[in-house]
Amino acid sequence: MSLELQNVDWQAGFKKIITDVTIAVKPGEFLGLIGPNGSGKTTLMSVLGGLRRPSRGDAILDGQALKSIGRRNLARRIGFVEQQADTIDRITVTEAVSLGRTPYLSLLSPWSQNDDAVVDDALDAVDMRSMKDRIWHTLSGGEKQRVHIARALAQEPEFLLLDEPTNHLDIRHQLGILELVRRLPVTVVAALHDLNHAAMFCDRIAMMDGGKLRAIGTPQDILIPENLRDVFGVSATVEPDDIHPGRCMIRYHAGGANTDVVSDFTEMKADIKKDRIA
Amino acid sequence: MIGLLSLAFTNRISATLVALMLLCVTLAFAASVGETAIPMQTVINTIANHVWNAGHEVDVIDAGIVWNYRLSRAVVAASCGASLAVAGAVLQGLLRNALADPYLLGISAGASTGAVSVAILGLGAGVLGLSVGAFIGSLVAFAFVALLSLQAGRGTGAIILAGVAGSQLFNAMTSFIVTKSASAEEARGIMFWLLGNLSGVRWPDVWLALPVAIVGLVICFGYSRALDAFTFGRDSAASLGVPVRRAYVVLIGCAALMTAVMVSIVGSIGFVGLVIPHAARFFVGTRHSALLPVSALIGALFLVCADVFSRMIVPGQVLPIGVITALIGAPAFALILCHGRVLR
Repeated sequence: MSLELQNVDWQAGFKKIITDVTIAVKPGEFLGLIGPNGSGKTTLMSVLGGLRRPSRGDAILDGQALKSIGRRNLARRIGFVEQQADTIDRITVTEAVSLGRTPYLSLLSPWSQNDDAVVDDALDAVDMRSMKDRIWHTLSGGEKQRVHIARALAQEPEFLLLDEPTNHLDIRHQLGILELVRRLPVTVVAALHDLNHAAMFCDRIAMMDGGKLRAIGTPQDILIPENLRDVFGVSATVEPDDIHPGRCMIRYHAGGANTDVVSDFTEMKADIKKDRIA
Repeated sequence: MIGLLSLAFTNRISATLVALMLLCVTLAFAASVGETAIPMQTVINTIANHVWNAGHEVDVIDAGIVWNYRLSRAVVAASCGASLAVAGAVLQGLLRNALADPYLLGISAGASTGAVSVAILGLGAGVLGLSVGAFIGSLVAFAFVALLSLQAGRGTGAIILAGVAGSQLFNAMTSFIVTKSASAEEARGIMFWLLGNLSGVRWPDVWLALPVAIVGLVICFGYSRALDAFTFGRDSAASLGVPVRRAYVVLIGCAALMTAVMVSIVGSIGFVGLVIPHAARFFVGTRHSALLPVSALIGALFLVCADVFSRMIVPGQVLPIGVITALIGAPAFALILCHGRVLR
């Protein structure tokens, strides 16, 4: 049970989005993927999920190239939750989660009681069973996200890939989703925006910068002031988390973002003032 | 468990039987009403005579009207309605756009260009009929739209925009030919054809329309689970194990061919492909395994009835069926929309 990328490039037209990424997901871990906007997190996730084929290098699942495994078989082993997937259809929660059974169904193996059971278990896992008959568009953002995760779980995957699962959620639901995902008995790779969330929940963190994998390691190794400054352009202090031993937390410093730009601007303003006086 | 399965199975079979019976009754009804009303008994006897040589005594003229004119016309109307509705449902599901309809792919525009090229410019030197011209035109337009959308890149937006561009281009060519070369009489004839016209339909048309409708429906039905998987978009379908590219090629190709055949037989009847799928969704929800057959059924019934109306509504004159579909369909759709909102 291993999922890895070896020297993977992916390009859109002539523009390389990710370059020479080598990464191996360990069984059972919660791997967080961090990086500034446009650093290639989403692309990396979709290559890992087999949705995009590498332009160069290999994506490998258990020693076998993803492209040779076939869509259906892949969907039984890797569940993927996109950043924002919405629909205008009037479907119920159960129907949405049932879509996760698609890779197991065919004309010869129609829907069975086992499928019902799997769907119920998936709803239980995300604590949405009481809402199984609700219509999709009546759900809140957090509930929709839970349904998406349940749909991916109904695929009975070994790997669950989540692309910024906490986007647009309030803080309680953000923490709720991450707590839920950490408890699941699957290997999780999640692209995360909030570095403190990555620090709190991840076993390991991979840091992307400009399409390259900058570093990978434990939260304490990756989330250091130098990286936060160089990659994210913020000044911050990292402190040990007293309540959760072995974890760390980040305190950002106000006015510390993009210091170069800010000081340039102040100088410019000073120059203009001087000109006016003259 | 087996009991439950077989129950679901028998439910399905009985639903299919009820649907087929409903369709047969409607077809018989369509054959019996018209300028000269023909009793239902005569209709049934005539059909029995033709289908299994029952040897009933029927009036020869009545039998001729029922069999050669009305019944063939009704069966083509049913095939056409079913095809357009299924094509619409498939495109709406695949492109995730509630406004998608079969003519989105440039097919009706291309058909009109093909038809006027044959009828007015005399292309094909009398060898090609209007239908063949329309069919070729619709395929050319579809090829144009398909190539354009491939060039424009992935994504459903590209297909829809390419369809709009293609339709505009071919409609402009039709208008150009009509205004430049057609006489007033020809222009009126072409307009009539463009709005849909079943008057010239005979049995040979049935043997083209019916198989296309059935085969098309079966193929699309086979992809109903894949269509469901597109609920949350293309990437989500891919992550659920659907071969996205193959589904696109097969389903869009299927919808295009069904539409092209129907348009070349009866002209471009509007409204059915757009509205019937929405009506069907209102009744049976969005699961395509139910939506596609029900769309086909409602489309077939609707077009057969619309054809009867078009023959009856103005005595002594046949209205283009496209006018009727919109006149009846638009208010009916408005009702469904308002009612649907109340239910929400």
